[in-house]
Amino acid sequence: MKRYTRDEMAARVARDFSEGAYVNLGIGLPTLVANHLPKDREIILHTENGLLGMGPAPGKGSEDPDLINAGKQPVTTVPGASFFHHADSFAMMRGGHLDFCVLGAFQVSASGDLANWHTGGPDAIPAVGGAMDLAIGAKKVYVMMEHLTKSGESKIVAKCTYPLTGVACVNRIFTDLAVIDVTPQGLKVVEMAGGMDLNELQRLTGVPLHE
Amino acid sequence: MIDKRVASVDAAVAGVADGMTVMIGGFGTAGMPAALVDALIRQGAGDLTIVSNNAGNADAGLALLIKARRVRKVICSFPRQTDSWHFDKLYKEKAIELELVPQGNLAERIRAAGAGIGAFFTPTGYGTLLAEGKETRNIGGRDYVLEYPIHADFALVKAERGDRWGNLVYRKTARNFGPIMASAARCTVAQVRRIVELGELDPETIVTPGIFVHRVVAA
Repeated sequence: MKRYTRDEMAARVARDFSEGAYVNLGIGLPTLVANHLPKDREIILHTENGLLGMGPAPGKGSEDPDLINAGKQPVTTVPGASFFHHADSFAMMRGGHLDFCVLGAFQVSASGDLANWHTGGPDAIPAVGGAMDLAIGAKKVYVMMEHLTKSGESKIVAKCTYPLTGVACVNRIFTDLAVIDVTPQGLKVVEMAGGMDLNELQRLTGVPLHE
Repeated sequence: MIDKRVASVDAAVAGVADGMTVMIGGFGTAGMPAALVDALIRQGAGDLTIVSNNAGNADAGLALLIKARRVRKVICSFPRQTDSWHFDKLYKEKAIELELVPQGNLAERIRAAGAGIGAFFTPTGYGTLLAEGKETRNIGGRDYVLEYPIHADFALVKAERGDRWGNLVYRKTARNFGPIMASAARCTVAQVRRIVELGELDPETIVTPGIFVHRVVAA
């Protein structure tokens, strides 16, 4: 079975970003998208700890502990960048000013519910960060994840069994097998990895898909 | 003459008492007022409620305050990190209380306290575990959760430069919670890298006006 590589997934996500888009990339898999931004468009990256106009990681020796991203990794600024405090930063998110956010996920439901912050395990120490604000705030909420768990279960489910991050908030799902839209009529397959057909994708996915 | 400068970080944290709520700025270690937290550890107040984005990193600052069992409760958005072992240990022992708040709700609850807002409805967290038991309302077709402000007795923040009136400017992403925490506490203490003469900070670029700041210390 052919799958999209992580870089192919990231490049595919990035192709959706329109000229001038303000984008927040979540921690984990979505950070890869930064390496694939279309060179012919100005895309402005937001990081919720207080920066618009985030640039790539600095060269070795140029790290600045006061200049980090939401994953607490050293970053740089691009010309035109701005700094702001947390209430302003989350106003950008909650207030619907970001065009896109890209989040990782444990599960997404057929109605676009997202679970990505907590396994709910009895010994797990919960931590949420900005996940819930991103999930409900951006104009388009994208999820980027493996289609299946390590044990082969579909991460696209009828109803999330992990604790929710947001209700009916996901617009589009990018997996290693397909690109799928969450629509009022259900899950609509937009694209599939080479060699995949709808029957095979349906067999692997926990909920009904349509073209 | 107004002079909010204090001579030492120990003098800067005088008056923190057992049972108080203390906000500590920073996102990870960026903007964490480490010298003030170290002074708070020396100062001795306990049974504290700490409001901060994280619950301490490695063996420094807030992590050591937690290790010393001086914190009764943490209100934060992201306690679990690869280097939060002191918090993790006490949490598993049930020796520390956690109020987990989505990061934007944390920021807005702090901002609301500083701005005199009694409560606010936010869409963040609706339908999740973190909104359980909270009042909700549908406004204009969208569901919201009622959240209340977080006030503090003390706020400890870090800035880049400050003057004797308490005007502050920050550095890069170390600004994070500083400006809003400064507005939300009865006594705000700013640790600054450098104290400058009054008038040296450009009024157009001052981020926290001195009205929100009560003590300034260079560290």
